[in-house]
Amino acid sequence: MRLLIKGGTVVDPVAGSLAESDVLVENGVITRVGRGIAAPGAKVIEAGGKLVAPGLIDMHVHLREPGHEAKETVETGCRAAVRGGFTAVACMPNTSPVADSRAVIRYILERAREAGLARVYPVGALTRGSGGEELSEMADLKEAGAVALSDDGRPVANPGVMRRAMQYAGMLGLPVISHCEDPDLADGGVMNEGYTATRLGLKGIPGAAEEVMVARDIILAGLTGCRLHIAHVSTAGSVRLIREAKARGIPVTAEVTPHHFTLTDRAVEGYDTSTKVNPPLRGEADVAAIREALADGTIDVIATDHAPHTPEEKDVEYDRAPFGMVGLETAVGLVWTELVAGGVISPARAIAMMTVNPASVLGLEAGLLAPGSAADITVIDPELEERVDPDTFYSKGRNTPFAGRLLKGLPVMTMVGGKIVYRR
Amino acid sequence: MARMKKDLLGLEGAGEREINQILDMAASMKEIMGRQIKKVPTLRGKTVVNMFYEPSTRTRTSFELAAKYLSADAVNISSSTSSAVKGESLKDTAATIAALGADVVVLRHPMAGAPHLLAGTIKPAVINAGDGAHEHPTQALLDLFTVREKKGRISGLQVAIVGDITHSRVARSDIWGFTAMGASVRLCGPATLIPAEIERTGARCCTRMEDALEGADVVIMLRIQLERQRQGLFPGIREYGRLYGLNRERLALAARDALVMHPGPVNRGVEISHDVADGVQSVINEQVTNGVAVRMALLYLLAGGGAVEAAD
Repeated sequence: MRLLIKGGTVVDPVAGSLAESDVLVENGVITRVGRGIAAPGAKVIEAGGKLVAPGLIDMHVHLREPGHEAKETVETGCRAAVRGGFTAVACMPNTSPVADSRAVIRYILERAREAGLARVYPVGALTRGSGGEELSEMADLKEAGAVALSDDGRPVANPGVMRRAMQYAGMLGLPVISHCEDPDLADGGVMNEGYTATRLGLKGIPGAAEEVMVARDIILAGLTGCRLHIAHVSTAGSVRLIREAKARGIPVTAEVTPHHFTLTDRAVEGYDTSTKVNPPLRGEADVAAIREALADGTIDVIATDHAPHTPEEKDVEYDRAPFGMVGLETAVGLVWTELVAGGVISPARAIAMMTVNPASVLGLEAGLLAPGSAADITVIDPELEERVDPDTFYSKGRNTPFAGRLLKGLPVMTMVGGKIVYRR
Repeated sequence: MARMKKDLLGLEGAGEREINQILDMAASMKEIMGRQIKKVPTLRGKTVVNMFYEPSTRTRTSFELAAKYLSADAVNISSSTSSAVKGESLKDTAATIAALGADVVVLRHPMAGAPHLLAGTIKPAVINAGDGAHEHPTQALLDLFTVREKKGRISGLQVAIVGDITHSRVARSDIWGFTAMGASVRLCGPATLIPAEIERTGARCCTRMEDALEGADVVIMLRIQLERQRQGLFPGIREYGRLYGLNRERLALAARDALVMHPGPVNRGVEISHDVADGVQSVINEQVTNGVAVRMALLYLLAGGGAVEAAD
């Protein structure tokens, strides 16, 4: 099976360059990248005017299976992923049961194989049941296929437990992904603390709830030497802490979601529960700091924190609605519209933050478009415009605050291992 | 007369003209309340449903009487008797009530934004009777009515609001209402009970009660809930009363003819002393009476009844 992607602009996220090239794929592997490749008999995909990028990786999604199949399944999540241009996702362990055992990790991988769409890299629980008390069997999880450890959504409150967990994970060479939130400072808040929360009468979550934990975990990364990845950074204060830690050589990386670089807490006006997310949408100064951090390299990765919920769960009072929004199918459009067209980062850097950078955090052999690598390829049409219509989502989740928003720069083809898994 | 919006969800963004229209109408309603037979057929055939998801005596009774004085049919639903206890969502309960034929739904709910959820889904007019810590617009309107009636004006007055500002929907609605009418608002309470960036509303903030009272024309005292002590937001009732209780000595700092108001229910001896609560400057009971008039005006304006004059 030979496929020739012809006439596109190939993005090299490592060199940071763009060049018009053809890409030849044979038996699921990229065999040649260059100008004017002649491949008689190969199926030709015309890519003129489009960007041909290494397959995008979303290192922070919730696939909800096992246990919450009404929200999403591995299959529907993978369908959403490939429609969104992602050839791989890393899924968080807050399923039911929690992915704290070999059995659950294997189950998720089995379901992903059955789906046969995006590659799925499970993240194992850092503590048993994500209870924040006893360490999970991390070596077992690693053997079963877990690529990182996290108690996402239920951050480890006890610093002593966190220290030991990071020591143990460090021993195994697994990164710890930390959802930084001090539960006592968050104290039942539902949105960013500030003027909007005050006006709306909703309980606020101060930026300090995140920053205190970012500071703690950076200090523990220094103590233990464990690689630390800060999930969904949302405040200017967190950005400062990470920037300073990196300068000191602490092994820390960080990610930002499209909603945190696009929206402020003003979006909560009107009490639309699709804006309820954790960490919450923050203030203008925070969004500005995050954009600056995306540009200067303080932030390494763009990840969605795709968190589908059912309409029944979201169609309630703001206080009662669960946190989370879907993100897989709007991420590329938001990155292109807000960051690339907005002049914040270059196209090559945008691609790097969704390919080689997450691959490097997770220790994956992925994110490159070069002879010999698996043919995981995403084709993006930078001129294609479309309004977000949640009814067209492949995800089961419809909980997006971006409904009706015009996005420009969208994925048009997704290939995993040489197989076209999505094409519009 | 300017047309009313479909719902009354809050006073944020309300203009002087709109508020005056309601207050003028409330004055006509108060006149009806003063008659021998205080009932007019204006809203005959209209149905008002009071959905109260929080305990309430005065607001619920006030709405119920307001509806009855206008000859509307009034039905009360409380959270314990509603299908909420069977797990029905607020939206579904509201849709059912709309389908049963309600013209106005009055909602009291412990969560901010609940009336917005209703207003966006059902056809009947929705009146916010207090949603979490967000707004309580009818309380603010009755406060405005009371002040206008007593002082002859609102513009230019110094209004002090003292107590737990963070959890007070009354404070928020009063800030918007009094500010829109040209008064200056000062907020006062312990730092732990003043919400973030509240000064961006245009109100001034202080933590010393003496600063708030100095020359004030209106003093609105808020109820302090003991629950906030358990949440670690203030050390206790004793010190609270010492720092923020309104007594005769403190009241002397305010203008000589300052009005003392309270949305009720009052914690006597805590936020307000007996002699002040029952003193000549207190208009707490008149607030309650005016509340009925204001709610009659709102029901009339939102349910689209016939001319009030036709009632005679």
